[in-house]
Amino acid sequence: MTAPLAAAEPLVRWDWVRDHTDDITAALWEHLHLTAVSVAVGFAISLVLALVAVRWRWTYEPLAGVCSVLYAIPSLALFGVLVAIPFFGLGFRTSLVALVSYTLLILLRNIVAGLDGVPPAAREAADAMGYERWRRLLQVDLPLAVPAIVAGLRIATVTTVGLVTVTALVGMGGFGDLINDGLSRDFPTPIVVGTVLSVALAVALDVLFVGLEWLITPWARARGAAAGGSGRAEVAT
Amino acid sequence: MRDRQASAPADVAVPVGAPPPVAEIGAEPGPPADAGGQVALRLDRLTKVYPGASRPAVDGLDLTVPRGELVALVGPSGCGKTTTLKMINRLVEPTSGTVWLDGVDVRSLPVHELRRGIGYVIQQAGLFPHRKVRDNIATVPRLLGWPRRRIDDRVHELAELLDLDPDLLDRYPAALSGGQQQRVGVARALAADPPVLLMDEPYSAVDPIVRARLQDELMALQRRVHKTIVLVTHDIDEAIKLADRIAVLNVGGVLEQVGPPEDLLREPATDFVADFLGEDRGIKRLSLLRVGSAALRRGPVVGTAASADEARQVMAREGTDWVVVCAGDRLRGWVGADELDRVATVADAEPRRFAAVVRADTTLRSALDVIVTSRSRVAVVVDDPHAGAAGASPDARYLGILTLDDLAEGVTG
Amino acid sequence: MSGALGDMWDYLRSSEAWSGRNGLPALAWAHLRVSAVAVLVAAAVAIPAGVLLGHVKRGALLAVSVVNIGRAVPSFAVLALLLPFSLRYGFGLGFWPTIVALVLLAVPPIFTNTYTGVRDVPADAVEAAQGMGMRGGELVRRVELPVALPLVLTGLRVSAVQVVATATLGALVGYRNLGTLIVTGFTSPNKGRMLAGAVAVALLALAVDAIFALAARLLVPWRRKPGRWADAAVAGPDGGAAPAAP
Repeated sequence: MTAPLAAAEPLVRWDWVRDHTDDITAALWEHLHLTAVSVAVGFAISLVLALVAVRWRWTYEPLAGVCSVLYAIPSLALFGVLVAIPFFGLGFRTSLVALVSYTLLILLRNIVAGLDGVPPAAREAADAMGYERWRRLLQVDLPLAVPAIVAGLRIATVTTVGLVTVTALVGMGGFGDLINDGLSRDFPTPIVVGTVLSVALAVALDVLFVGLEWLITPWARARGAAAGGSGRAEVAT
Repeated sequence: MRDRQASAPADVAVPVGAPPPVAEIGAEPGPPADAGGQVALRLDRLTKVYPGASRPAVDGLDLTVPRGELVALVGPSGCGKTTTLKMINRLVEPTSGTVWLDGVDVRSLPVHELRRGIGYVIQQAGLFPHRKVRDNIATVPRLLGWPRRRIDDRVHELAELLDLDPDLLDRYPAALSGGQQQRVGVARALAADPPVLLMDEPYSAVDPIVRARLQDELMALQRRVHKTIVLVTHDIDEAIKLADRIAVLNVGGVLEQVGPPEDLLREPATDFVADFLGEDRGIKRLSLLRVGSAALRRGPVVGTAASADEARQVMAREGTDWVVVCAGDRLRGWVGADELDRVATVADAEPRRFAAVVRADTTLRSALDVIVTSRSRVAVVVDDPHAGAAGASPDARYLGILTLDDLAEGVTG
Repeated sequence: MSGALGDMWDYLRSSEAWSGRNGLPALAWAHLRVSAVAVLVAAAVAIPAGVLLGHVKRGALLAVSVVNIGRAVPSFAVLALLLPFSLRYGFGLGFWPTIVALVLLAVPPIFTNTYTGVRDVPADAVEAAQGMGMRGGELVRRVELPVALPLVLTGLRVSAVQVVATATLGALVGYRNLGTLIVTGFTSPNKGRMLAGAVAVALLALAVDAIFALAARLLVPWRRKPGRWADAAVAGPDGGAAPAAP
């Protein structure tokens, strides 16, 4: 699929970039669209699963088990299976199912951890003051779980942005299409452009979530340095 | 809690512990006869067996809480005191037995309505970290759907009542000290003006100095609001200080004794209660009694114009080597026997200031401390708003003297 | 699907599936070999570095950055970028670009987990060991590493599963492995080989995950938790809730 590259070929040909701004913009929107829809659908499903897991504790292990299996299945393998099913085939549906399935474990674990992390005293106080179950969930539990939930959304989003490059193989690639194009033509410029923009998009979305969390958790700001965590390395997955 | 000043007149030697207005134990089942009357809360053969537990956490507990009183549930860990408290607002559902609130079985009310009508204060306050202080306080009024104006007014009223700086209202709980958080917790519990307040170890997470201050504030608050309060604590001194009545529970939720602190200290019903109150039961009783309630002695008193001989006669009669010098009822100081040789009247001897003075509202426990550290083993009792560490002020009014014997009399008499 | 399943069944019964350099055994072996080499090389780099930095309690920012960058840079892009260089400097197609991309992928989880595990060894355990006269290397060998072992194993497990999954992409740069069946299958009308490859890769990844889980149980009996799945994948000791701060 490739032939030796001419030694003189530069890493980036800027004239190619200039000539293809429309393609690059289209790739950006496709990448963003697929990421946003996948994370949104994944979040909706995970939220429901997490609420079930917290309400009926015994369901957590099996639910996390299924999500772990989905998470461990290589993306290409999942594409391979899904493409073989006519309803999915090459394109959006296959990409969406694969991308969503990778967000589930991350989001489920973080939402459950966030709900479990609500201070027991606050929860007991809410019950004792006469909150109904659903109202406590909406007004006390979920707001207090926001930092953990956002942490999960950040990991899921950054991971999804990276995986979208791979969905190029089933025809829905965003920046992956650029990379794939460069790969098949022995032409490094689109590879570099696609990679750099994909990383930039991941970082931008990550920063967006940090800002969003800052906005919706004013109480955590008030705590200031006491909230800590800046030097806390996240442990792998 | 009762205002002890009012119930302990200064001239009564052995006061306190008036008989309770209501029977302690309700024997017959069914709603109390005086629904809406004297009894705010009645626990009727209340039992809780947790699933899988071999013995009950609470076993057939009968307890009556008169309106406007503070009842403390005390006992070692595992005695079911917190379980009992939580059965009142149904955070824990009883296995059998009934809780009557104002003559109504609490199970007959929707649980959320029931809880909105009962204040609840817990250890470390349990404030909502994501809500400002004002929103924490407004929690129950909002659940009850009060109009915004009324909620705002109520929040400010409570801030004033609990001595919370209005600036604190717009802070988040994390920015508050432990004591402030606990005050906000009480304000939140009182927000909808519930007649009954449940407090679960409210002060166990704050340091002793703050705890003492919060306890004093609660006593002052209760004098104004007259709530029916059930307080769970493992701290017997806290119970003695705050409670009108103490219920001592043994492991397994067995009620050992219930009664006013004075009664328990004077006559513990069982060895368990005696042990739980501690070996210094007598000393603890002293902290319930005020100097003004003890039988004060006139002591070796002379006027400023008294001659040296008169002073010597008073000393001989009283068996002391010093006399109190008074101008009318004003305390002028004391003069020792060896200073009388060179003078005509005691005033010429330049009476010295008493260091060991106590006021009528001092507890006998503090008086004991003054007596054992004084040179003459005597505390001088004065009516003196300005008395301080340096002793009596010039306008102190002399009331009498207090000795160790008098203290013992106060405890045993 | 039923058509594809039939095709897969036909493929699995053919001799083509079980022999030759395009047979499943040869492809699976190539897949495992490149994965194992990548994880071993990554471990040889990441564990000593993590232990060293964790022992001196320096480099928190590095630990955070490594995982974040590792997560944001797509392996597919890394492969595609490496290919021209590999060709230019004479390493050719296939194995070398694949192995480099996989090592880069495997390093962050191992490094960060080792670092965090060693750094967060309870201070009283370290003090007790020092009180007994242990120092430097002895402290690392006999206290810090054993205490950090569960986290290190989790890091290895996460890396291994990711590497096995990602090795499939090596097919795109000419490294023949199970992924080759999938990649060539996308455009082929017969989906049987593709499906067989997909199932084989999925089973391989799950088997690797299970083997590491089992190894962790045997090696760290003192930390056996009731939850088998709940603590399996995505998060370390803080429940996955730790922010991946930039």
